[in-house]
Amino acid sequence: MNQQLAEPSAAEKPERPVADAKAPPLVQYEQVTKRYGELEVIKGIDLTLQPGEKLALIGPSGSGKTTLGRMLATLEKPTSGRILVEGESLWEMRMPSGKTVPANDRHLRRLRGNIGMVFQHFNLFPHMSVIDNVTLAPRSVLGLSKEEAHERAVTMLGKVGLDSKLSEFPSRLSGGQKQRVAIARALVMQPKVMVFDEVTSALDPELVGEVLAVMKEIARDSDMAMMLITHEMDFARDIADRVVFGAEGRIVEQGTPADIFGQPRSERLRSFLSRFG
Amino acid sequence: MWDWSYAAEILPGLLKAFRNTIGAALAGFGLAVVIGLVLAMFARSRWGPVRWVIRSIVEFIRSTPLLVQLFFLYYSLPMLTPLSFSAFATGVLGLGLHYGTYLSEVYRSGIEAVPRGQWEAAKALNLSRVKTWFSVILPQAIPPVIPMMGNYLIVIVKETPTLSAITLVEVLLSAKNTASITYRVFEPYTIAGILFLLLSLVLSFGVSRMEKIMKRRYAG
Repeated sequence: MNQQLAEPSAAEKPERPVADAKAPPLVQYEQVTKRYGELEVIKGIDLTLQPGEKLALIGPSGSGKTTLGRMLATLEKPTSGRILVEGESLWEMRMPSGKTVPANDRHLRRLRGNIGMVFQHFNLFPHMSVIDNVTLAPRSVLGLSKEEAHERAVTMLGKVGLDSKLSEFPSRLSGGQKQRVAIARALVMQPKVMVFDEVTSALDPELVGEVLAVMKEIARDSDMAMMLITHEMDFARDIADRVVFGAEGRIVEQGTPADIFGQPRSERLRSFLSRFG
Repeated sequence: MWDWSYAAEILPGLLKAFRNTIGAALAGFGLAVVIGLVLAMFARSRWGPVRWVIRSIVEFIRSTPLLVQLFFLYYSLPMLTPLSFSAFATGVLGLGLHYGTYLSEVYRSGIEAVPRGQWEAAKALNLSRVKTWFSVILPQAIPPVIPMMGNYLIVIVKETPTLSAITLVEVLLSAKNTASITYRVFEPYTIAGILFLLLSLVLSFGVSRMEKIMKRRYAG
């Protein structure tokens, strides 16, 4: 069932520089499976992400797309297979002797520095103001000074249109504002790849637009790779270089947005898309 | 029956012993707060053996009486090891260990109430374990359980007469000593009881104030 990977097409998105297909992959899933007890949610996935590439993962609920993203963010460990980030396996370390051993905390933290994640339910720290939410990790993980972290955070909050809410607490923000803060909080760490896990699914319909607009802007301006797990088909079509359609733990079909939405090949994808009008 | 002049005569001595009661209770509680936190954190260690050891310690301490633990610390420990503590220090240590295990359960309930997403967000931001605990998890876990911790302070206060078994002259032992000299039991025990009552009332008031403050802060 797994298809050969389609090269991201440069013709589709002339308005911005597109992922260099010849560069070594930034992220590489190799025969990754994930099993929870009896339930196998990921059934042997091979997938690569080029530096800067914008990849949309679509598929019905239960297809395993969220699990795929969570595994990249090291929130879940694959049952088998490997996930490489810049050629290094997340969960194993190569010793000088050539032997591979399970990764220790230091190894994981080093690789995790390349990866960011935005969650469906925002997961802002409720006991901290907006600015503290955004400066916590730059100060503590990147070791920035208070001033540097503040400046970077304010710039990022400006990008998501919330630099007027610095001392507000999350409980006083709307869902859309919370998610934009969460995006700024993840972006400020400057990861090379960011997982966006259904970031608009928990929002009231009238708040979805503001979040998508922010993400479109990020996709346009930044050379960060993005893994967009989404139910927003128009959004996927607009900003993705490549769309992967998965169902029941496998990749069913992948290609450019034009291919996937214009000429779906599999019956599975056609019936999935028909539900989105 | 009640002799006011006798009561007035013994009151200073009882109050002096009551200072020991308050001191041992507060110090014991303070130690329990620290021990409880350490136990609660290590109970969530990634290492199975650490979790197992912590669980065994908690289980062991909770299923033996405080009195037995005090006897052990006061009489047996100096025989087994070079360690030997004063009655007061032993009492504080005993209360701290014993109630530390109970407080670890209080912390646990607070920690478990913090949504999993908070741990995940901390991980996705690459925060260290220590930073995650002290900046993200505990500031959310502890405030809601402060009233419960306060209740244990009241329990500890009422438990201090147990320390008389290791010769700590707290208020009840002082009352007993007084009674055994004068053969008048009514006044000393009544005064001791009233002192406990007053202290408990003050603490209960504090706890319910705390509860209200926390409710207001965490209502919205």
